[in-house]
Amino acid sequence: MNSVYLEGISVIGPGMPDWPMARQVLRQESALEIAPVTLTAPDILPATERRRAGAATKLSMSIGLAAARDAGLDPATLANVFTSTGGDCDNCHALLETLASDDRMVSPTRFHNSVHNAPAGYWSIATHCMAPSTSLCAYDATLGAGLLEAATMALGNGQPCLMIAFDTAYPKPLFQLRPIPYPFGVGLVISPVPTATSRAELKLSLVSTPADVMADTGLESLRQQIPAARALPLLQLLARQTAGRVVLDYLEGCQLAVEVVQ
Amino acid sequence: MRPLRLSAYTLTSALGAGLADHVAALRAQRSGIVRQHWETIDFEFCMGEVAGVDGVVLDSAFARYDCRNNRLAQLGLAQDGFAERVREAIARHGASRVAVLLGSSTSGILNSEIAYRHRDPQTGRLPEDLYYRETHNSYSVADFVRRYFQLSGPASVVSTACSSSAKVFATAARMIDAGLIDAAIVGGVDSLCLTTVYGFSSLQLVSPDPCRPFDASRNGISIGEGAAFALLERPDTAVAGEVWLTGAGESSDAYHMSSPHPEGLGAQHAMRSALASAGLQPADIGYINLHGTATPSNDAAEDAAVCAVFGTQTPASSTKGHTGHTLGAAGGIEAVICALVLTEGFLPAGVGTTTQDPALHCHYLLSQRDQQVQHVLSNSFGFGGSNCSLVFSRVQA
Repeated sequence: MNSVYLEGISVIGPGMPDWPMARQVLRQESALEIAPVTLTAPDILPATERRRAGAATKLSMSIGLAAARDAGLDPATLANVFTSTGGDCDNCHALLETLASDDRMVSPTRFHNSVHNAPAGYWSIATHCMAPSTSLCAYDATLGAGLLEAATMALGNGQPCLMIAFDTAYPKPLFQLRPIPYPFGVGLVISPVPTATSRAELKLSLVSTPADVMADTGLESLRQQIPAARALPLLQLLARQTAGRVVLDYLEGCQLAVEVVQ
Repeated sequence: MRPLRLSAYTLTSALGAGLADHVAALRAQRSGIVRQHWETIDFEFCMGEVAGVDGVVLDSAFARYDCRNNRLAQLGLAQDGFAERVREAIARHGASRVAVLLGSSTSGILNSEIAYRHRDPQTGRLPEDLYYRETHNSYSVADFVRRYFQLSGPASVVSTACSSSAKVFATAARMIDAGLIDAAIVGGVDSLCLTTVYGFSSLQLVSPDPCRPFDASRNGISIGEGAAFALLERPDTAVAGEVWLTGAGESSDAYHMSSPHPEGLGAQHAMRSALASAGLQPADIGYINLHGTATPSNDAAEDAAVCAVFGTQTPASSTKGHTGHTLGAAGGIEAVICALVLTEGFLPAGVGTTTQDPALHCHYLLSQRDQQVQHVLSNSFGFGGSNCSLVFSRVQA
């Protein structure tokens, strides 16, 4: 497929509260210290929504805003791809508890927040963005699915596209079956054409060779535990601002190679 | 967009399994919606249940994938020789060049809903036989279908509520255009579960009677379930009578989580964008398969949007009075119904609707019409303000 161009980037994860800090960790200028991730509701949300916003909305919106800002683009203009393995899994747990109780009447808000695209819905309302938006899931391959969709959407529409990959920690008892311990989010703004401010040219292809791993055991642990953190090998290459090629974990028999041309 | 051929397609809903059942039911204006009890729900409601799902047995290799949604997927794949056509396509293109791109809203969440009733009273632990990855996770059905055909190409689930399985057609088109794949299995599967029954009830959006889209007395949806699949490929040549995907348009309402924009602004964007991508004018469209859920506000917003784009003359109907609202499967189900409209030469009238709401001005079909049209448009709109319109065309002789 044709090259795409990276215009903006954002990261939020344990020990990596933003891209500048993540860049230091990924360049091994400072050690990864797993610290609780502080998520805040962006002030573009209406006050009532800000109070009610769960981790999934806070994380995805913060990621999206930071990536758009980094690209110098108005979020209202950006087609977007939300990709997450479990969406708002706290809301899902609360809903399942109610449905297993004696009084099964769920709250209307719980229900409309249960759709996988709820964070995308809040994003479009808060940013006034009427551009195309999709919400994906591919279990552990969710990051790869989102990156492919964002790149093909940018190429197909001839317009930049924002990928927001995010996962939040699973609550008990679902944690027993899906042990994602920390929130992690990655935002990338991808353009179909090079611009004056493009960070890098990205060449994506599907390969059957194994995915790259992180040399640092702490980062490798995050990569394995959180689907959105499957982006770490690419983020490290971008942090080092060097050309190179990484293979990101995607699906069985189908991995996603990304060649970075600086 | 560069057109894609629907090389094979099939659908399973409350109307039956496979194309023939659907042609017969659509021609007869028969509804599959029935008032009944379901699972442990302590009230009767009107729903479009697919017959025989409980009796479907998955191959032993897929034991962990066993849930209502994947049973429905397997039932759907077995109709109309669809699986054979897919295997032929895999032989042509290679297992790594065929993608699986499916829509689902609730996946196999029913398994988790039931498992939550059986948590350990002391520890809260879930039963050991709940396989979250293979059933409840949104990716479940695409994972199942990818393994069913032993594919090694890209795969994902689009989960944008009721537009999910329309949007996968657009995703497939982009992936084929980018040269990543040669073919895609697209469609959607969604099955009955407590989340949607109690959820839509909490929003007071469930009709006490079988739903009546665009009727003056419409008062809510009837929840249905279904599976629809299509095999998309780039056509080498144009063969008369083939059905092609010729346009797709997507947009966001940016208005409200569960109510449409009153003038259907987002819906208008999606329809105009689909027409533009097909290179067609509104007058070229011979039939519109409406989203038509039968809630007062959804139908009013869609009517406003359709009239703004097409005027009031284009024949239109919703087939949710037949199938119920199959949610994440609705876009796929209605895409296949559009293919039937193009190949069978008839425009299906709505069912359940007796008098069109005088406040709605589109040309809603109340009686069947035998007519060959060349281009049709299908609307799918979901919670969160997610809109998708698709254009399908019949290759002329």
